[in-house]
Amino acid sequence: MAENDKTHVSRRVLLSGIAGATGAFLLPENMAGDVANDVVANPAQDSTKVPGTPARPLGERAASERPRRIVSSSPGGVSRTPLQDLQGIITPSDLHYERHHAGIPTIDPRQYSLLVHGMVDRPTVFTLDDLKRFPASSRIHFLECSGNGGAGLSGNPPPARTPQQIDGLVSTSEWIGVPLSTVFREVGLQPTAKWFLAEGMDAAMMSRSIPLDGALDDAIIAYGQNGEALRPEQGYPARLFVPGYEGSANVKWLRRIEFSDRPFMTRMETARYTDPLRDGKARMFSLVMDAKSLITSPAFPTTLTAPGWHEVTGLAWSGRGKIERVEVSVDGGRSWVDARLQEPILSKCFTRFRYLWNWTGSAAVLMSRATDETGYTQPTAAAIREARGPGTRYHYNHIRAWTVAGDGSVTFGSAE
Amino acid sequence: MTFRNVLRGIVVLGLATGCNGDEQVAAEVLETSTEPTIFGFGRNADPEEVARWDVDVMPDGAGLPVGHGTVAAGEVLYRAKCLACHGPTGVEGPWDVLVGRVANDEFPFGDGRRAPLTIGSYWPHAPTLFDYVRRSMPFDAPGSLRDDEVYSVVALLLHWNDLLERDVVLDSEMLSGIQMPARDRFVMDDRVGGSEIR
Repeated sequence: MAENDKTHVSRRVLLSGIAGATGAFLLPENMAGDVANDVVANPAQDSTKVPGTPARPLGERAASERPRRIVSSSPGGVSRTPLQDLQGIITPSDLHYERHHAGIPTIDPRQYSLLVHGMVDRPTVFTLDDLKRFPASSRIHFLECSGNGGAGLSGNPPPARTPQQIDGLVSTSEWIGVPLSTVFREVGLQPTAKWFLAEGMDAAMMSRSIPLDGALDDAIIAYGQNGEALRPEQGYPARLFVPGYEGSANVKWLRRIEFSDRPFMTRMETARYTDPLRDGKARMFSLVMDAKSLITSPAFPTTLTAPGWHEVTGLAWSGRGKIERVEVSVDGGRSWVDARLQEPILSKCFTRFRYLWNWTGSAAVLMSRATDETGYTQPTAAAIREARGPGTRYHYNHIRAWTVAGDGSVTFGSAE
Repeated sequence: MTFRNVLRGIVVLGLATGCNGDEQVAAEVLETSTEPTIFGFGRNADPEEVARWDVDVMPDGAGLPVGHGTVAAGEVLYRAKCLACHGPTGVEGPWDVLVGRVANDEFPFGDGRRAPLTIGSYWPHAPTLFDYVRRSMPFDAPGSLRDDEVYSVVALLLHWNDLLERDVVLDSEMLSGIQMPARDRFVMDDRVGGSEIR
């Protein structure tokens, strides 16, 4: 059974890792004991016969677990989350994807201040301590770059692509901070205000306009992530976080909020991060990320070793609310069956789905499609090209496919 | 949370009635749902401070500083500070292509015809150029250009995109009046969820 195979492999890898980690220790002789066979074969690996390493102030992963972001060559900074290595729905903070526009600034939290001004009664400067003094809010949400996953919408992407290479610009964390609504009340937001500019203190002074009539009920100025302070690459010491909005709108290293009655039309919301359409137009402020899903296993470079039971699993998410349904196809989209959704199913958050598949050993094409609580179903690439035009950019939430060959090898694409 | 607020209300009610019988104070506290309207955190920003931080330029030119620049001065600056990333004439790269118009100022980006997203083809508002160059460029020394220098670099880029005569002196008024070819190409997001794919 596939499940057993998987367990067996992990265990062997784990043991070899321990051997590497403890190799420097001088082991007592005569330590072969009545334990598992592979340990008997090599007593030096018997962890029951030698004290383990001491506790330490900062933990590390097991030596044999080496998930890594893939860093792209970009002057601003890009790295992708190893989606195929993740379990559950939370992305470890050190594996959260990155997209910077001029690198990661180094900011002294004691020097940090946030200016809130414009159409407000009381223009105010907040220190980090001020922000932390407000009643906090905590929420678990995905964050995704709107440029994530362009492969496959047009052209023919190379089949030797991992989930990380295809869609690694998305991650999920618990975010902790002060609700924007609290700060807005504090400064006396005027009724004429309709938008605000969020500006970062990075070298790009990244700036985006956010509409106030959007779903701002759940937006926060975040200073915490997954139980600790934000990582520098996630905006330390404070960032904007608007759940469900495209990554670039969630301005990191937030230094200024200015209210206005209209959008500011910065370069990053006009000349970039806009979606060209087929009628000679381009869509701007396409902030909400529509429903999307991706099978993360099996996926390249995995090879299925034998026919039989295999769990197809992956992640689904929507910027408009909860995932209501994920369907899986093993025949390239001709027929679909419901996958099982794993709790918790949270709004604007990764939802883990699972489908138990009995592989016959013949060629197959695996697909997943998500439906969110608004009734929106993840479209095919053809449907997106039809709706927006073949040259459209950003918001690539089309259905992904993995081809399983008769020999069990798995590659990215297609069979639309 | 609710329970604690109820408790807080009761405590204050007790204090208020017990100490001075001020029923009005008690009622206000009870009506407070979860938080006071104002916490009083942070400090007032003084106008000079706000002016120093408030660097953004609106699409109609509001926020542009006093100053001016020329294409000739822009050429000197460009060669020294921009050319390495954007090429000798703004089309060679290796990074973003800055210069180029599409024939008849069409907007072919969605229909699949390939064209670089240049200032002359894909930027709807000229003042945004000033905003972006001043805040983000040059990449290795952002914020290092004086306002007159930013005007000059912007003048050069507009000139190369056939949007500004060579011998004109560019200032805030002139920059605000330039009509960009892509000006009317941008529409607000109309996706709303639900079954329709847009």
